[in-house]
This record gives sequence, structure tokens and C-alpha cells, in this order.
Amino acid sequence: MTTREKGTVMDAIQIKRALMRISHEILERNGGAEKLVIIGIRARGDSLAGRIKNYIKNIESIDIPLGVLDITLYRDDFTSINSKPIVGKTEIPFDVTGRIVILIDDVLYTGRTIRSALDAIIDFGRPKEIQLAVLLDRGHRELPIRPDYVGKNVPTSENEHIEVKVEEVDGEDRVILREVKDDD
Amino acid sequence: MKIQNRKYIIKGGRVIDPLQGIDEKLDILIDGDKIEALGHFEKKEGEFVDVRNLVVCPGFIDMHTHLREPGREDEETIETGTKAAAKGGFTAVASMANTEPIIDNSGMIRFIKEKAERDGAVEVYPIGAVTKGQKGEELSEMFDMAKAGCCAFSDDGNPICSSYMMRKALEYSKIVDKTIIAHEEDLFLSKDGEMNEDFNSTKLGLKGIPTISESIMVARDIAILGFIGGNLHIAHLSTKQSLDMVRKAKKNRLSITAEVTPHHLSLVSSCLATYDTNLKMKPPLRTKEDVKALKMGLRDGTIDCIATDHAPHALFEKEMEFGSAPFGIIGLETALGIVCTELIQTGILSLKELIEKMSVNPARILGIEERTLKKGKDANITIFDPNKEWKVDVNNFVSKSTNSPYDGWKLKGYPVMTIVKGKIVYREGEFQQ
Amino acid sequence: MMINGKDLLGIEELSKKEIEVILKTADSMKEISERKIKKVPYLRGKTVVNLFFESSTRTLASFALAEKRLSADSFNLSSSSSSVLKGETLLDTVRNLEAMKIDFVVIRHPMPGAPHFVAKRIKASVINAGDGTHEHPTQALLDLMSLKQKLGTIAGKKVIIIGDILHSRVARSNIWGLKKMGAEVSVCGPPTLIPYKMEDMGIKVFYNLNEALADKDVIYVLRIQKERQEGGLLPSLREYIKIYGITPERLKNAKKDVVIMHPGPINRGIELDPRIADGKHSIILNQVTNGVAVRMAILYLLSGGEGDEDSK
Repeated sequence: MTTREKGTVMDAIQIKRALMRISHEILERNGGAEKLVIIGIRARGDSLAGRIKNYIKNIESIDIPLGVLDITLYRDDFTSINSKPIVGKTEIPFDVTGRIVILIDDVLYTGRTIRSALDAIIDFGRPKEIQLAVLLDRGHRELPIRPDYVGKNVPTSENEHIEVKVEEVDGEDRVILREVKDDD
Repeated sequence: MKIQNRKYIIKGGRVIDPLQGIDEKLDILIDGDKIEALGHFEKKEGEFVDVRNLVVCPGFIDMHTHLREPGREDEETIETGTKAAAKGGFTAVASMANTEPIIDNSGMIRFIKEKAERDGAVEVYPIGAVTKGQKGEELSEMFDMAKAGCCAFSDDGNPICSSYMMRKALEYSKIVDKTIIAHEEDLFLSKDGEMNEDFNSTKLGLKGIPTISESIMVARDIAILGFIGGNLHIAHLSTKQSLDMVRKAKKNRLSITAEVTPHHLSLVSSCLATYDTNLKMKPPLRTKEDVKALKMGLRDGTIDCIATDHAPHALFEKEMEFGSAPFGIIGLETALGIVCTELIQTGILSLKELIEKMSVNPARILGIEERTLKKGKDANITIFDPNKEWKVDVNNFVSKSTNSPYDGWKLKGYPVMTIVKGKIVYREGEFQQ
Repeated sequence: MMINGKDLLGIEELSKKEIEVILKTADSMKEISERKIKKVPYLRGKTVVNLFFESSTRTLASFALAEKRLSADSFNLSSSSSSVLKGETLLDTVRNLEAMKIDFVVIRHPMPGAPHFVAKRIKASVINAGDGTHEHPTQALLDLMSLKQKLGTIAGKKVIIIGDILHSRVARSNIWGLKKMGAEVSVCGPPTLIPYKMEDMGIKVFYNLNEALADKDVIYVLRIQKERQEGGLLPSLREYIKIYGITPERLKNAKKDVVIMHPGPINRGIELDPRIADGKHSIILNQVTNGVAVRMAILYLLSGGEGDEDSK
């Protein structure tokens, strides 16, 4: 499967503004940073989560506990893959019971990743609430999952693909819209 | 085998007869069970058999076959084993004595002969046990068995552990002037061993059978032979050390002969990495150096003949984890293909020399009628194509057992026709009743 | 990333890359055993049978925990307790398991090659939990993981394995693993307990313990069994202890920060002095902890019954 770049959906500045807005929204909705914990989903949601944690610190001078979740072992789509994705480390060095978990991922699509993440978090304890923040929502939900905070809504078709690049992993901040090419 | 009374003209083949020094295109006239004449025949009474581009030679003899009857007729019978022999180009086999019960008296020898006469596709020369029950304690009635028709003595399957018994056996056998075929294995050194002791046994975690297990016994028996006389034949020689000892003993003019199996010329211990039980036999597959030495040993005459050690085993016994499977593989139907591929194609032996190893020499060692295509001799003829390539498929084997490591191999050298006492027993895939 | 093929039968056939993938995955798996709810749903609905023809508490327990922590349906068939295995050939056992649609078989057997025999005849993934004196791959992998944790890297380290190498599947697997990861490996023991042509594995052989210990970073001590004396291979355990027993005095010949390992169970006071087994050099308990994580990693990386038409 090859893809062809169609265009940039968000550049670095737009990403920064969206994340800052989301950080304010989180604080507004929850009346401050008490009881909050942030969990980012590998492999890019965790980078974004780190940034949101820092923005919140700059705004209200509070250090919200940050965790990283790897959902590889909770996926439901293994049946026909021959190559196994690498299992990353999950690090949740705090108790989630009674807390408000802000779950953060880069792209929301079918909703299956978030379902896996919810299963995982609930294995760690009983949160008071789980709220979902995503940088992009590209539609085409297959499960009843909805985000609480969205950076940008980007309606896409099924032969399109959203690629998120983040500074921490890819060396730049950019969201790219790609089209799947049918090879002749 | 009823005496047949037809006439055949085996026409246009390359007749190679070592004893007469013949290697030319000749026709053979067969009358009944005898050879009538060699020459060029155009108008003759009888059936013409076209064997152009094929080699025609005195019939092969496998002097080391296990027919498993009586006792393990599920693995092989005299009927199926001799059919397998015929398919492999052999006109006769010498059958080993380690059946159930053991062939250690004249009654059993007669049983084998009579059964073979009725059911056998080729001639069977029974081998009698050296010791009663092959227990290694008391000598068997060698004189009586020889009178009943046995051609040699062997406790094969087992070594003769006691040096005293080997001495007595060689001594006593002088009455009948027959050879003692020795399975050389020091059971103390080989105890629990399953493959050759070398780097491969270390890697595979299997207990090894060291080469000295064989060479110690060869050394021992050569010393006894030298001391007391008799005739000694080393069965399934497998190591360079043993070979060197036999060479030296021959130089010293001792009455010693030796055989090698096709598998010891074509497989090595590293093949066992898959734990395939069809590679498990005694003596075990050795190393490249041993294979090389054995081939040279054939060339320089130290090794007199090639014998298969055809050892059928039931599928349910071989289809097991390696440690539980019995030792032994079959070989009658692949022997010619293996030796042509390993020895003729590589130029190590000439066709004449190969025929000596498979026909002339076994007959001499067993003391049976010499193999040559002369008027008045029994018409025992092997006809084969040394260049034809074929693929081994164990499902096409006529042997009751399929424990062969060669399934799927491409070999060069194909038995085409086997004539036993004038009867075309096997002809290109078909058996004659 | 994956292991080539559907089974794990030995370390000999693994590449360095595959070993690295396994260790990396095991590292991630470790965290799961530290949670309150020690479970992830990855193998939910998959069936694993532990087919143990040789008794073992630790390896069996370690595999069973790994299987359950991945939510698999796991059950044990051991020949000591089950009449199912007695009197039935391995072939029939395999056929029955195949008919029951098992996804994984973990097998420990006294004969080398038994896991290979099973793997050839069943669609399920087969994991070798020890086949006679041949290999014990999961043990070697957890050993490598423990060593990497302690030393940071394995390449260039000098490791000596001491004891009954001849009968040790742990030694063989570890030699393959350590060499592939770039360590310098040697063995030391009585000549009667060192296999023929062992040097051809690319290692040095020592008979003298002091010489052997001299510049080593890691000492891996093997268990010595009383049966060796009865088999005529050793005159007595007493003599063995005198020549090869690892005691605090002997350790004076080794590096100050040498690491001590043992596959367990330890014959305290025989091959290893209890003070050392419990002392600061030893990482023996870490080995045990890592066992579950490594076995979880293997279960994750093998295809588990899916490897027929699709795989590779």
C-alpha cells in the first residue's frame, strides 16, 4: 500500500495553539487541576500528554501526575497479522482510583484504540471519571466513543490516512493528510 | 521358485563380466535356468528382450539383509523382502539370523530355504547364528547348519562380546571353512548411545557412540584371527580407524574381508539435526572424513563388497521421539541408485569394479557359485541403467516397511530388470509370478 | 517483529535480532506482574497445554503464571499424575491435542528432539521447556535478560559456566545465547562431565577452577546431581566440592564485582556455598522473577495456532 501526500492539515503553530486551548478547556471544565491525572497512549499520544501537562503547569503551577499506556496487548485486531507490533512499556506510577483521568491520543478514528485503553485503565483501578482528549478526530467511528476535547475535526474518507508527526519522535510537528494509492 | 523352461535372448546390452574380463556389446542366450551362450544372435528361438544402452552383468548379491521372517512378519516377510531385493537389482540375498526365533539350528535353516523356495522372488542364502540364541555363550551347530545350506555365520544385531567366544567361533568354523560375519560394537562404550560421538552429538544433546566402539572390536578380532585362523568378515564397516586396521591385516595376508553400506557412503552425523529417526542406525552415521576414507577403501580393495544391512521397522516403532525409536533403515531398493550416484558418477569406481563389489566378491566370500555369465552357469543377471535419474518415493516401495532416509532424493542409477535362474522376476516396475 | 517460524525449539536457531526482540518484549511484560490486577487480555480464548513428561515445579509454575497473566486458558498434563500420558505414545498424545484444537503446547520431555517431533505434527506453536540434555531456551532467555539488567550489556563480557556441562541443557542453550549476544564464553568442570569436542562451539574449556575464574565477569553455576557419581562419571560428590565448589575462598580468584548465577534449584553447600547464593554477587532471584516475563514475551511473539497458511 503506498500513500501520496495530499496536504498539511496542521502545522507546528496550529498544533501548539490547539494543545494550549485543550489545556485551558481541561482546567475550565474540571474547575482546576485537583484530582486530575493524565495518561497518554503510546506511541505519540504520550508525547502530546507531556506537553499538555507542561502547559497546565505553566497556567496553574500544578504538576499533574503523568502516565504512559501501551495498549498493544489489549488490541482486538491480531488475527491476520504476521508481524507483531513491539510491546512498549506501560508506566502508570500512581493510583487511578477516585481520580479524573484525562486520556490523550493523537488521532481518534474507529474508537477501538480508546476502547482498549479504557479496558487497560480499568484494570489499574476505578477512576472517578475518564475524559478523552485527541489532537484530531477524523470520523468513521465503529464504537460508541466520543471525545471530550478535540484539537481539530478533519472529515476524511476511508482511502485517506492521517499521519501525525511530533517533535519528540519524528523531529517535527506536522499533521499530514495522505491518500492511499492503488498500485496498478 | 519353479524352474522355468523358456528361452530368452537378452539383446544389445553392454555386458560387463569381471571374471571373464568382458566389457562389450553382447547378446545372452538363456535356456531354462541356465546361460546357454554369449554372442550376437539375430535369428534364434525364444523371446527377444531389448536391453540396448543398459548394463548387463552377473546378478547382484546382498550379503546383509534382514528378512524379519519368522517373528516380525509385520515389518517384512521373505516374500516382500525378496521382491524388494529384485526391484533393487539383486538376484540373491543372504538373510541374517536375528529373527524370532533365531536361526541357530539346521531346522530353522531348512525353514528359511523352503519358504524362500516357495515365496521368494530371488535366491535366499540363510546365515546361521554363531552362538545359540545369539546369546554369545555357546557355539551353535555350525556343521549341521552348513549341511542344511547356510552360507556363513553371524550374530549380527549383537556383537560377540566375549573374546573367548570369538576365538572359539573362528576356531570351530574351520571345520566348514565358512566366514564369521562380525557386527563390531563394544557395548560398554556404546551403551545408551544413539549417534556418532562428535560435535553433532554434543550440539544435539544425544549420547554418542564413539568410533573406538567399533575399532576396538575390529582390532580385537583381527588379533584373534591372526592367532587362531578362520575367516572373518567385518559387517557394515563405518570408520576410518577400522578401515586402516583391515588394510594392514590384508597386507599381512589374514583371511579377512569387509563390507560397507550405501548409507555410510552417502550420509553423515550432521544430517541428524532434524532428529529424523530414519537416520538412526548402528553403526551410526559418521563424519565426512570417514565417508571419504570408506570410498577410498572401496577403490583400493580394502573393502570387498557393498551390502545394504536392510533392516525393516514398523512405522509405529519409528514414528516416535528419537530416543524411543529402534535402530535400522531399509536399503534394498535404493542401494544401486546411491552407489551409482556416490561412486560411479564421481569416478571413484568403474562399472566393472562396482559389479565386483556387488556380485563377484559377495559370492566368493559366502562360498557360493561364482558369479559369471558362462555357458552352463545359472542365469542370474542384473540389468541396469547407470545414468538414468529417478526420484525416490517410499510410497512406491515393495518392502513392507518405509524407514528409508532417502525419500524424495534424486538418484542416478536405476535397476531395470532382474533375472533369477533364467526367470525375469522383475522388469521395469512389474513382477512376474 | 516476530520470531521466525511457529515454534521456539532452541536458541541455536535464533538470530541475535530475534533474541533482542524477545528481551525487549519481556522488559515490557515485566510491568504487568507488578500491577494490582496482573492480567492483560491478549491470549483470551486461546488454549495452552503444559505437557510435562519430567517433573518440574518452578518451570511449570512460571509458564502457568505467564499463560494466565495473558488471560489464556491453560491446563497441565504431566505424566506423573496423569494416566492420559502413561501408556500412550507421544504420537497419539499429539494427535489428541491437535483434535482438541490447542493453540500452544509447552513441552518438557526427557528425550532430545521430542519437541521437534511434536512441532512437525501439530499446527499449534510448540515451546520447548527442556528436552533431555539438548536445550532449555526459555531458561537461557531469562538468564540473558537478568544479565543485561545487571550489566547493561552482554557483548564483550566474560562468562564461565561451571559444573556438569555434559548433562546440562541449560549450559547448551546459554552458550548459544551468550555467544550470539557477543559474550566470551568458557566452561569448567571435570573432564568426564564436559562433552566431546565442546571447543567446537567456540568456547574455552578449563579443568582448573582458579584459572577458570580469574578474569570473569559472570560465574554461572550448574547443579551437580548425585546420579553422576553412580554413573561412574565422578568418584564422589565430596571430591567434586573440593575441586569445583564455589565458596567465598574460591571467589577471591574472581573479579571483585563478579556476578553469580544459577538456574535452580540450588544444592546448597554442594556446588554453591549458601553465603554466596544469598550474597551481594548473586542475581539468582532476579532470574526467577524474569522467568514469567520472558515466557509471556514468547507467548506473545509466537503465532499460536495461526501459523499455517499465512505465516511467512
